[in-house]
Amino acid sequence: MQQRRELDQSYTNRKLLNGQLDTPKWWAPTVTGLGILVVIGLIVIATMINKGLGVTGLGRPVFWGLFITTFVFWVGISHAGIMISAILRLTQAEWRRPVTRAAELLTVFSLLTALVFPLIHAGRPWRIAYWITPYDISRGIYPNIRSPLIMDPVAISTYLTGSTLFLYIALLPDLGNLRDRTTGWQNAMYTVLSLGWRGNPRQWKMQTVGGILLSALMLPIFVSVHSIVSWDFAIAPAVEGWHSTIFAPYFVIGAVHSGVSAVVTMMALMRWLWKWDDFIRPEHFDALARLLIVVATGWLAFTFLELIFAVYGQDAPELALREMQMFQWPWNLLFIIFLLTGYFIPVPMWLFKRVRTNIALMFWTSILVNVGMWLERFLIIVPGLARRTPFVYTWEAYRPSAVEWTIFIWSFCWVTFLMLLFSRFFPLVPLFEQKESQVFTEDVTIGRAKVPAIVREAD
Amino acid sequence: MSTQSILGLFQQPELAADAMDGLKEAGFELGTFDVLTGTPYPEGAFGEYVPQHRLFRFPAFGAIIGLTLSIFLTAVTQLAYPMVTGGKPILSIFAMLIIMYEMTMLSGVIATVIGIVFESRLPNMKPGVYDTRITEGWIGVVVTFDDDSKVAEAQNVLNKAGALEIKTA
Repeated sequence: MQQRRELDQSYTNRKLLNGQLDTPKWWAPTVTGLGILVVIGLIVIATMINKGLGVTGLGRPVFWGLFITTFVFWVGISHAGIMISAILRLTQAEWRRPVTRAAELLTVFSLLTALVFPLIHAGRPWRIAYWITPYDISRGIYPNIRSPLIMDPVAISTYLTGSTLFLYIALLPDLGNLRDRTTGWQNAMYTVLSLGWRGNPRQWKMQTVGGILLSALMLPIFVSVHSIVSWDFAIAPAVEGWHSTIFAPYFVIGAVHSGVSAVVTMMALMRWLWKWDDFIRPEHFDALARLLIVVATGWLAFTFLELIFAVYGQDAPELALREMQMFQWPWNLLFIIFLLTGYFIPVPMWLFKRVRTNIALMFWTSILVNVGMWLERFLIIVPGLARRTPFVYTWEAYRPSAVEWTIFIWSFCWVTFLMLLFSRFFPLVPLFEQKESQVFTEDVTIGRAKVPAIVREAD
Repeated sequence: MSTQSILGLFQQPELAADAMDGLKEAGFELGTFDVLTGTPYPEGAFGEYVPQHRLFRFPAFGAIIGLTLSIFLTAVTQLAYPMVTGGKPILSIFAMLIIMYEMTMLSGVIATVIGIVFESRLPNMKPGVYDTRITEGWIGVVVTFDDDSKVAEAQNVLNKAGALEIKTA
């Protein structure tokens, strides 16, 4: 890996706080444009709630379509945060430093977005209160905890609350930094948010110990969340292709694959937009790509295991479903695109260091992965429902309506909008982590040699 | 007699460490002087007082509370509306375990965050003498005392160690 040049702390402050102290010129028009798209999306959602789900392409027998696919997709993206932040923090991987905040942020905003989809998918979102909150004591009606549709909101709320708190705790030193660099109402805001942070040894120790402790607590939650999302499907015995025993680990590893790829996309954008070449360097993309090769290959193994289990059982409906998924139009085209974009194009490319350290190529290959991963969820959810079965008396091919596609696009605008809004007030790269890295990389003398204090891999 | 504090500012960690040693030698008690930095340094880099903490107790307490609440929620709601479905038992243990697990973890995380804030002695809206250059890489050595007669002595130690500036509050 490359050695970086030494950066003094005022330079680090100036560069990494440029989003808050010296807002880039592109920021306001971009946020305004995205804000308009977000409002249009919200109007479409409101119209759909008003008119009913008839404006979607959903109908017998496909009642779970684009909304649920996009829900699973965003929950998957959210797995980037804890995968990157917690695991790399626990293993003290040096290259985690510029990545952690962006990853945690992506977790929080993608989870917020994911939650919208089951709500609007229900048609009458206010009625969700009947089945997820134990509120109606007088009538003795409580949530049915035996249903995965209850376990799911519980798990996602836990993950969202934990991730938000995790993000806030790690922000405290940087909020103190912003307090020191601002005046007026901004100073008042950062003073309150930083809780009076000073940077004494006790506070730094709590950051370190607390960060490790929170990472250790968040990891089991991270594994449980996508496992429970998978059980939304796996516990349903009536749909072929859903009731697989490997769904929990399969979903978790798929989520990590798409989540880490989304972090790569975001890192490239951050480097380009805020000109953080000194902080987000090719070595970080190299490390993320190496991680992705392992994760993607593990995920591919699960993909083939799922197919092998289906074929080995020789269960006629299951075989018919797989035949439809892989060989019938248009599912076969989607299946090929899914395999190519999810694995067979990006991973062989990442085997070459020239690709791993080429940020433009990493950006485009990471987007390809998420195209594939979205298709994977679509191919898991929809064909199982769309296949002709003996007990269904009516079939209609599922074709997502313009309303569904608009809401799908809205979700991307919404996440980007929230990210950019966050970037106006809070740093996207943790400053104290960068500075700590500088402190720890000062040379130490061993005999007559001066070597970096942090052990790094040679080129 | 009022509590007073002074802050010596340094640019080199070695000089700040010398100041901390000097304060110890001059008889200032541990806990009455501290170092402020804009970035975490390895523990003991300034010969500073290493604080003890009880952070590890917080997640344990939180988890116990969460587990208790989750047992109550899952069991009582099912027993309060005892509808038998498919001849299965009213209390569905495996489904309960999932909710109990999530609530235990959530409560553990919330308690840990409370613990981090509490053990960091935050919030502290009147933090005393401070300098914004600390987050620019300067190192502050802050000395707090009830006895005003020691101010001159502390200033002397900080000056001797090479403080670039001394602030009082």
